[in-house]
Amino acid sequence: MIEIENLSKTFGTTVSLDQVSLTFHQGDAIALMGANGAGKTTLIRLILGYYHPSGGRVRVGGYDPIVERVKILKQISFVPQLPPPIKLSLGELMAYVCKSSGVDAALIEHYAHEMKLHIALNRNKSFFKLSGGMKQKLLIAISLAKRSRIMIFDEPTANLDPKARDDFYRLLNESETQKLSLFVTHRIEEVEAIVNRKIYMDLGKVVSDEIY
Amino acid sequence: MNNLLLIAYLDLKESIRANWFMVYAVVFGGLIALFFIAGITESQVMGFSGLSRLLLMYIQVTIVILPIFILITTVRSISGDRDSHILEYMLSFPISLKQYYWGKVLGRFVTVFLPVFMAMLMGILYGVVKGASVPWGIFFLYTGLLLSMSLAFLGIAFFISSIVKSSEMALGIAFFVWIVLLAFIDIALISLMLQNRMSEGLIITIALLNPMEIFRVAAISLFDPELTVMGPVAFYILDLFSQGVFVLLCILYPIVVGMVFATMGYRVFCKKDLV
Repeated sequence: MIEIENLSKTFGTTVSLDQVSLTFHQGDAIALMGANGAGKTTLIRLILGYYHPSGGRVRVGGYDPIVERVKILKQISFVPQLPPPIKLSLGELMAYVCKSSGVDAALIEHYAHEMKLHIALNRNKSFFKLSGGMKQKLLIAISLAKRSRIMIFDEPTANLDPKARDDFYRLLNESETQKLSLFVTHRIEEVEAIVNRKIYMDLGKVVSDEIY
Repeated sequence: MNNLLLIAYLDLKESIRANWFMVYAVVFGGLIALFFIAGITESQVMGFSGLSRLLLMYIQVTIVILPIFILITTVRSISGDRDSHILEYMLSFPISLKQYYWGKVLGRFVTVFLPVFMAMLMGILYGVVKGASVPWGIFFLYTGLLLSMSLAFLGIAFFISSIVKSSEMALGIAFFVWIVLLAFIDIALISLMLQNRMSEGLIITIALLNPMEIFRVAAISLFDPELTVMGPVAFYILDLFSQGVFVLLCILYPIVVGMVFATMGYRVFCKKDLV
């Protein structure tokens, strides 16, 4: 589903990703771990088509993420580590998601409700004025409502309280299993129960890849 | 609604709520109000009076402040979103870069043009209520000039926004561009002429390549078709073009400049890393 071959990315003289080769299949639930600067976020950004590779190639469902970004992004849900300070209201952000990705607004509200975020009460509020936890809950609700075949979560629970974390993992368990989930995390104990593969990175290289 | 219009619509809504937009709208609306309060419409100096005088004053002030307003408010459009990771999230949805970029350009164009146009329209309407005769020809031509100058600086701002990595750098470059173009309206050109190293034709060509200068000369030509207030320079211009052709050029040239810069910005936006 995602094929990465000898992928490298350099910024000036800094090598952020060094000849990485990996293959992710449907049904894989992967914990991507490593110290800060290991290359995890760079790898994700290359998969999402944000970066042009310095060497090697990425294919998502057979497509190049740079050339066919619209096709591949229809299949991907992404939750960033820190919710960005988007100035749109919740209603406008939801309209953006629904119209651009064909997501059902009722489904976003459903998942938000499951995450204890009440959209109706906050619809006209600016997204950036919400608390960090509320923002993250909405982004998680959007990612689940998109019903993508590939889910990419970059430290998705960093801003969540323990109850909200439980809600998030419960909803993930309830969702379809035949998808590819990629969790960037520093807390393996949180995702241990739901992943079937652990990848450790250091200095831009994959140092261990455990499948079980 | 297709994605391009969706981006434009959301950018417009976001801009209208922003503090800078309030200042921007108040400045141009306030200028018109100030002109009425100051009795500009009753002034007879240099033969202009009524709404013609008001439009002349408005356009003279607009030449200086509109470009810098457009540059500093637009230049952070892409670079600011990149800095704050908004771009990273918004582009994780299936929107093409073409739709995102040109949607932003369209939304921002409406945002920057409407207050300037509405302020001028308000002035005209107030004048009508007061019983003044409306110089419709000048009004429509000024609308064309404002539109073309807005597009020129919007294109330049989007180009800067695409090529730089940080919004601070984008602001710095925008300010530099404004200062250079402003200097080449008068001061820099006069110093070039005084040095006597360049031909007058070349200096006038440099002047007419500057969208701010061409806007100013076109504005003057609407009141003074012989460009007598400009002195001998008028001969160069009027020997080359008729007044009608010159005004048409003054409207089309900044539009072309804006579109060329916006297109170059789009190409850079597609070729570079997005975040």
